[in-house]
Amino acid sequence: MKPSAFSYHRPVTLDAALALLAEHGDAAKAIAGGQSLAPMMNLRLAQPAELIDLGDLLGLDQLRESDGAIEIGALVRHQQLAESELLRERCPLLAEAAQGIGHYAIRQRGTLGGSLAHADPAAQLPLVAVTLGAQIELASRRGRRVLSAAEFFVSVMTTELAADELIVAVRFPALLPGEGAAFRLFNRRHGDFAIVSVAASVQVNGGRVARLRLGVGGVEPVPVHLDELAARQAGRTPDAAWVAEMAAGASAAVEAENDERITALYRRELTESLVARALAAALKLSGAKP
Amino acid sequence: MDRQAIRLHINGRDFDIEVAPRKLLSDALREDCRLTGTHVGCEHGVCGACTVLVDGRPTRACLTFAVQMEGHQITTIEAVAEGGELSQLQQALHEEHGLQCGFCTPGIVMTFEAYLSEHPDPSDDEIRDVLSGNLCRCTGYHNIVAAIRKAAKRMRGDGHVAA
Repeated sequence: MKPSAFSYHRPVTLDAALALLAEHGDAAKAIAGGQSLAPMMNLRLAQPAELIDLGDLLGLDQLRESDGAIEIGALVRHQQLAESELLRERCPLLAEAAQGIGHYAIRQRGTLGGSLAHADPAAQLPLVAVTLGAQIELASRRGRRVLSAAEFFVSVMTTELAADELIVAVRFPALLPGEGAAFRLFNRRHGDFAIVSVAASVQVNGGRVARLRLGVGGVEPVPVHLDELAARQAGRTPDAAWVAEMAAGASAAVEAENDERITALYRRELTESLVARALAAALKLSGAKP
Repeated sequence: MDRQAIRLHINGRDFDIEVAPRKLLSDALREDCRLTGTHVGCEHGVCGACTVLVDGRPTRACLTFAVQMEGHQITTIEAVAEGGELSQLQQALHEEHGLQCGFCTPGIVMTFEAYLSEHPDPSDDEIRDVLSGNLCRCTGYHNIVAAIRKAAKRMRGDGHVAA
């Protein structure tokens, strides 16, 4: 339960961090909050030869709104996301999801960029990023590029992030008029990773669905955005029957997997229940009349 | 992977120690700084026993490498009682039988010293939400919740009881 030996680097600028990553490639691992990487190192599931600490990098801990998007630096911590007035008002799904990550002490350290780069299939922030179609900005010495969350996540704990790249910022769309959003998850013990989690965001105009965004985490190797189902919902009346239809539709659409502890059937049933709850809560927050 | 000399700022004191980069803060505190009040349980961030404050924020010492902590202010359980006098929270844990074997207690005290300073009037649900990050195998938690509620009330000093 002790990590294997490594060399420690503590760059103070982004350029210096990217130079270290370029130099050491796969032998290096960047550490931000360390709330996922450090346990993996203690359990020797990760044994980086070079550890590059991002803790001193300045300017990656900002949170601001620009051009209808909320731009968040990669080093913003979960507790900042959960408590941000800007997010609660303009991107409440993200704040609500962050509030449920791990435990209080974990949220003080864990970062947005770290959670996305780690890409645990059951984690909250990747699901929110995929559901809302967040744009993830990556930097390396070769330059910068922006990927959509759907492009970024490849498989279980696997992303498009190259060995010499860092996430620097993530842009989430701001809430639209008449839009409400909610996050629901189920786990056996408070603070554990979710067995299934659901993110829902629905915009209602004049008593009709204008746009639906629906994502499910924990059932497939990466968070899934049910865009085919969601795209067909414009113009529908968002009543209880519609919520039930969406819940059943989501449950049928996900390709749940069996594992040694949890059956695919159970994951499907959780998906149905959680979609119904999240969507009902989102509708309420959208201001739509029931 | 040689040992390197670092200076840790703990409880208002400087500690000059030599550690390998892989040394966890929890081990550096106990073995190199001889501050054994911080307890080590699971060593992968689950149990909360090793929680200390880094720049005032509760932090798992077992998920932090000592070398990362240069330039940061660390507070451990040793700094909580002043002049031998228990803090309000410690006193309340004592009165409400909020501990039995005491192994988890330092982590709980550090977590809630920080939490209560920012959230002076938590509901029981909020207390339980935060307490979920600290495993206790003795008490069953009820007495810990009662102690935290009592400490919060005393710290507010307004006699108001949270719903």
